[in-house]
Amino acid sequence: MRTEGMPASSRIATHPVIDIAEKRRVPFVFNGTHLWAEEGEMISSALFAHGIHQFGHHPADGSPQGIFCVNGQCSQCLVIADGIPVKACMTAVRWDMDVRSCEGLPSLPESDSPVSFEDIRQVETQVLVIGGGPAGICAAIELGRQGIECLLVDDKPSLGGKLTLQTHSFFGSRSDCFAGTRGIRIAELLSSELAGLSSVEVWSDSLAVGVFSDRKVGVLRSGEYVLVSPRVLLVACGAREKTLGFPGCDLPGVYGAGAFQTLVNRDLIRPSERLFVVGGGNVGLIGSYHALQAGIEVVGLCEALPQCSGYKVHEDKIRRLGVPVFTSHTVVQAHGSEHVEGITIARCDENFKAIDGTEKSFDVDTVLIAVGLSPVNELLLQAKAFGMEVHAAGDSEEIAEASAAIFSGKLIGRRIVRSLGIECDIPPEWDGLAAILRSKPGPAHEQEAPPRGLRRFPIVRCAQEIPCDPCTKVCPKKAIVFEDDSIMSVPVFRGECLACGRCVAGCPGLAIVTVELDYDPEEKLALLTVPFEFSEEKLPREKTVVTVDSDGRQVGEGRVAAVKSNPARSKCRQVLLEVPYGDALSVAGIRLQDEQAPAAPRTSTGEEGFVVCRCERVRKSEILEQIRAGVRDMNQLKAVLRAGLGACGGKTCRELIAGMFREEGIPASQVTPFTLRPFEAEVALGALTGSRDAKESRSNTEP
Amino acid sequence: MQSHDVIVIGAGSVGLPCAFYLAEEGLRVAVLEKNSSVGQGENKAAIGGARATHSNPAKIRLCQESLDAFSTWRESHGDDVGWKGGGYCFPVYREEEEKTLKDILPLQKKYDLDIDWVGPNRIKDIIPGINPAGLRGGTYSPGDGQVSPLMVASSYQRLCEARGVKFFFEEEVTGIVINSGRITAVRTGKETYPCQVVVNAAGPYAREVGLMCGLDIPVVPDSHEAGISAPVEQFLQPLVVDLRPGPAGKSSNFYFGQNSEGRFIFCYTPAEILVGTDKRSTSEFASVIGRRLIELIPRLRNLLIRRCWRGLYPMTPDGVPILGKPSEPEGLVLAAGTCGQGFMMGPGVGRNIAKLIATGRPLMEQDIFDTMSFHRDFTSGKAEALR
Repeated sequence: MRTEGMPASSRIATHPVIDIAEKRRVPFVFNGTHLWAEEGEMISSALFAHGIHQFGHHPADGSPQGIFCVNGQCSQCLVIADGIPVKACMTAVRWDMDVRSCEGLPSLPESDSPVSFEDIRQVETQVLVIGGGPAGICAAIELGRQGIECLLVDDKPSLGGKLTLQTHSFFGSRSDCFAGTRGIRIAELLSSELAGLSSVEVWSDSLAVGVFSDRKVGVLRSGEYVLVSPRVLLVACGAREKTLGFPGCDLPGVYGAGAFQTLVNRDLIRPSERLFVVGGGNVGLIGSYHALQAGIEVVGLCEALPQCSGYKVHEDKIRRLGVPVFTSHTVVQAHGSEHVEGITIARCDENFKAIDGTEKSFDVDTVLIAVGLSPVNELLLQAKAFGMEVHAAGDSEEIAEASAAIFSGKLIGRRIVRSLGIECDIPPEWDGLAAILRSKPGPAHEQEAPPRGLRRFPIVRCAQEIPCDPCTKVCPKKAIVFEDDSIMSVPVFRGECLACGRCVAGCPGLAIVTVELDYDPEEKLALLTVPFEFSEEKLPREKTVVTVDSDGRQVGEGRVAAVKSNPARSKCRQVLLEVPYGDALSVAGIRLQDEQAPAAPRTSTGEEGFVVCRCERVRKSEILEQIRAGVRDMNQLKAVLRAGLGACGGKTCRELIAGMFREEGIPASQVTPFTLRPFEAEVALGALTGSRDAKESRSNTEP
Repeated sequence: MQSHDVIVIGAGSVGLPCAFYLAEEGLRVAVLEKNSSVGQGENKAAIGGARATHSNPAKIRLCQESLDAFSTWRESHGDDVGWKGGGYCFPVYREEEEKTLKDILPLQKKYDLDIDWVGPNRIKDIIPGINPAGLRGGTYSPGDGQVSPLMVASSYQRLCEARGVKFFFEEEVTGIVINSGRITAVRTGKETYPCQVVVNAAGPYAREVGLMCGLDIPVVPDSHEAGISAPVEQFLQPLVVDLRPGPAGKSSNFYFGQNSEGRFIFCYTPAEILVGTDKRSTSEFASVIGRRLIELIPRLRNLLIRRCWRGLYPMTPDGVPILGKPSEPEGLVLAAGTCGQGFMMGPGVGRNIAKLIATGRPLMEQDIFDTMSFHRDFTSGKAEALR
């Protein structure tokens, strides 16, 4: 077996925030070529690590297929593994696995030997929690603390949900939801607390595939199908990424920003050299930042609204680093035939229609879609319809930040404790706090002028109302405060500053700089302490760097005097930067990448010919024709066009089609939605029946 | 509201072809449907098998018409309805099923059906990968086939609208107006529709509609589960029926096929009939049918199951539909009680009902048609052998 010396150029070897552990190599074969994966790695990431981005061609029209959600939701990444079609993003590479691209329809292996069966295992539990993300874990912790028997199932190999992708520090409240701690670390903290609770059983690699009228939940646990009968069900399945329709939206290389974060932050794959981000919410802004940290050039970000909807501090962060943000711009087309090669964007009017003549094109290999999230709530709705006692927490209940999901899980967990007849305290202010943590960013205020007459002080460039408090907690002088005691208000500096840098390192938004005006009166130089979350190689010591203001405009130049870091506490480095007096109050950071001029504009193709239903390759024009002919029942679109009839069960196209009805002026009340039915994901018949070969160990160790 | 010659109640497997062939006869037709679009009741729950190889002459005649319609659809109407003429195959492992099937062969041949008993080796060719242990042979009828219920319903709607048929969706019939023994109108929650004739094609709800005009039609729905897989490359041509009861007392016969798109679609008859209109999926179905499928064709273990659902069979006491004009009220025509075979009988029912309304005589032999009368003796014991 040849495993040595194969190229693996797409793996991230060093990362400014993530510690990279050495893992064992597992050999496998893709279309006859010998490759290797890291132990436990999903097929999709292993292929990406070797630069393979295209996983096959669609049976309907031969269009190239690749990843889209990297979350088991969309079914775009089908490959044939040891003869069986599987989702590449949810299937770990096994030792010597034979992986083939899925070209057209898969054929069933002719394995005709008789099969023996075991009875399907039936399990009863007080509470079944579906989803091991922040909400599910926090709810299970509350249940476990009360000794309530609880089973938590999660479809990934390890717990944490999207926390495992969040390398940045969290916003929110320090005392209630780990604000100031990185998401990846929160996942570890919560998982280990859960592991210490004896009444909670955790099943990872366990996908809940259906809720049935006999109040049982079907769970596929490492290939074994188990029916769970809970007294109470908690759905905490999180969210899936919304998508956007435009010509080229279905090309390999166009995928979700969350999918991207899975690749770079969980699997340490660098899937792109140059990318463009569509959408200025928090996911798009943070995704851009994570790309830069992974050493990827972010050519730009566009947002259709006049302002980004994500946190201002996140936007400032990427602007400072040199990412152009195009507000009031929409994507016109992704270019390429077998993979993305470029993108064209254009200014858009208030109806989000592109304005002719304002197109800009960029050469990129990847386009990230970050246009919002929708709740994964199918199991919730089915359980409600079947009269089960069911609750929802986190994004399954309402889309919000992960900090809100942590708190939501805690709150719902205690409510379930109560519903089981056990006394427990739910402080009356919790409902209010839950609402605050869920709130969208409020108005941005005028930046407060720096204090007069002081030699040392912080400048807190955080003028937007967001729920976040670490700066007020880390200052040893308690000199950064909320004047009205609300976590939503804007923090201000009142008192004395030691220029210790704790606020600089502790601010999740990297929005604080401390200024020392008495640094070098002779040369008229001030010393700034600015946050920096990149490798020190990016800092030319003793040399000059470009300094920028909070919008990313160049202020001047500065010299790096020293870099402070305390890896044990935070991976956020503090750069001590000498700048001229005159620049001291303006400089908010250091530019990392130079802005690129757009490439020559590319011509775009027709507007409505693009694919909306990816699974069945149904185009917008076909759906529009039906809507305009009077179709109001989405189930009829299924019947006539097959839209929504495919492998993902309409999860990807549902919202796009609903949006098309809205665009045509048809109110939602007149539209009949897709009927919900089991299963939520495709399940092999062998697994559903307890056939013995389905239960064979799915080991990835050397035979 | 303008008057229609005929109001069809139900835009499903039976109502749609009735409306279409009535419009072909030049009648002004309206269809009332309580769901939001065509085929949203039991039509979309059907698995799409279409065979004429029954043991009841009336059903044979109806389905011969249907097969004629399905197999020539593209030529006649231009639409693809997923026709796959792979026949039907009943593989047999036990003496009792062999006897049942062989006993009805003479009748089937009398009605010109292309069906015969074939040996185990032929069955192995017809059903690749079938479990050979104990296989005795079976019947094979190459003239039968499969077709997509969803696509047929959509095509019928298009064809109907092109012929002036009016559809009214989200309108549940609430009453039938009768004056001096004659139907004059149909009422829904929204509107009253004047008409000469009403066709009761309300499927599982035919009895409720009948009671609105004083007729107790013996149609009782029971519920069957079905499912569909992800598509795989074609390897199974016929629709397969296994008449044996399943293990553990959960199922009696079961049937499945690979449709024109490569998806496997499957269903069983539960051992204990679930009377009523509950259409919510149970946890049991997938495992029970999965085991039967894999026992019969082991390679199906790798099939990915996509969705499951439940549909209703509008059952009659003898397993034969109830078609034609009852003695009263005047203007009422029954197209009911299709016993879970409404989709495969649909075009045949439509052609016969349309001829009956337009000319006073059905398309098939009158004496055979009359065996489906509402006024027949439902307790005669002459039940359909292959329900």
